[in-house]
Amino acid sequence: MNPAATNPPVATPFFFYLLAATMIIGGILVITRKNAVHSAMALITALLAQSGLYLMLYAPFVAGVQIILYAGGIMVLFLFVIMLINIERTVKERQFNKQWLVGIVAAAALGGLFIAVYTTATAGKPLFPEGRVTYGEGQNTQAVAALLFDRSAGQYMFAFEIASLLLLVAIIGAVVMAKKRI
Amino acid sequence: MDAMLHITTLHYLVLGAALFLLGVIGVLTRRNVVIVLMSIELILNAVNLNLVAFSRYWQGIHGAGALHGQVFAIFVITDAAAEAAVGLGILIAFFRNKETVNVDEVNLLKW
Repeated sequence: MNPAATNPPVATPFFFYLLAATMIIGGILVITRKNAVHSAMALITALLAQSGLYLMLYAPFVAGVQIILYAGGIMVLFLFVIMLINIERTVKERQFNKQWLVGIVAAAALGGLFIAVYTTATAGKPLFPEGRVTYGEGQNTQAVAALLFDRSAGQYMFAFEIASLLLLVAIIGAVVMAKKRI
Repeated sequence: MDAMLHITTLHYLVLGAALFLLGVIGVLTRRNVVIVLMSIELILNAVNLNLVAFSRYWQGIHGAGALHGQVFAIFVITDAAAEAAVGLGILIAFFRNKETVNVDEVNLLKW
């Protein structure tokens, strides 16, 4: 018997609300800070909290990828670019564009749509009746690899190859964009 | 009270919707291109959270091997990396030409 099935996780609501609050506060800081470096730091905090949520959802491989690739790779790229183009006067300038009111109204409409969907869909019956099945993390990485690479069970092998092609195009595109003269 | 303490898929979906909204507000209102790109990352992460939560729900129905949501999340992370690289490359080229990082000063194609 796999130990995770016999030992369910402890204090799930506490950690869910802690990580969710960290993510929300991080997100709010990302869109309100004047200094782009502070925004990047808040985004890194939110991404790390999100990898904790992935662990709670029994997705250890995605959690690791989140930390290594997002918090470690993409955010370092962001910080490099901020250092390259950071100009002191952007902190003193107006931070929001002239259409900010329209943007807030559009976002509020989207939020109203979300609230309407989630409340009407959950009225009466639960939207997602939960079986409360606990699965161990032990086989997760192998199962993801089987879906990606296995010749018989792997349904995403072609998509994986396309993704590698996409990354190649992105590398070439980034070099072409950032280079002064080609 | 039970609905608050029993963490279900819906809790993750609501959190994902909140993060998505924060990202949309950031994209629509901020002037700094770097922060707009970071808001896009926030949106992609909200989608990823939903995908992994749905993957967990799907596992409850189809067994532990049904990890399609997690595979999708990995593909979204790949796309986010490509998008960040190209977006920041464009940003560097733009900054070299116009000496600014504000989106509302990109108005060459505006009538």
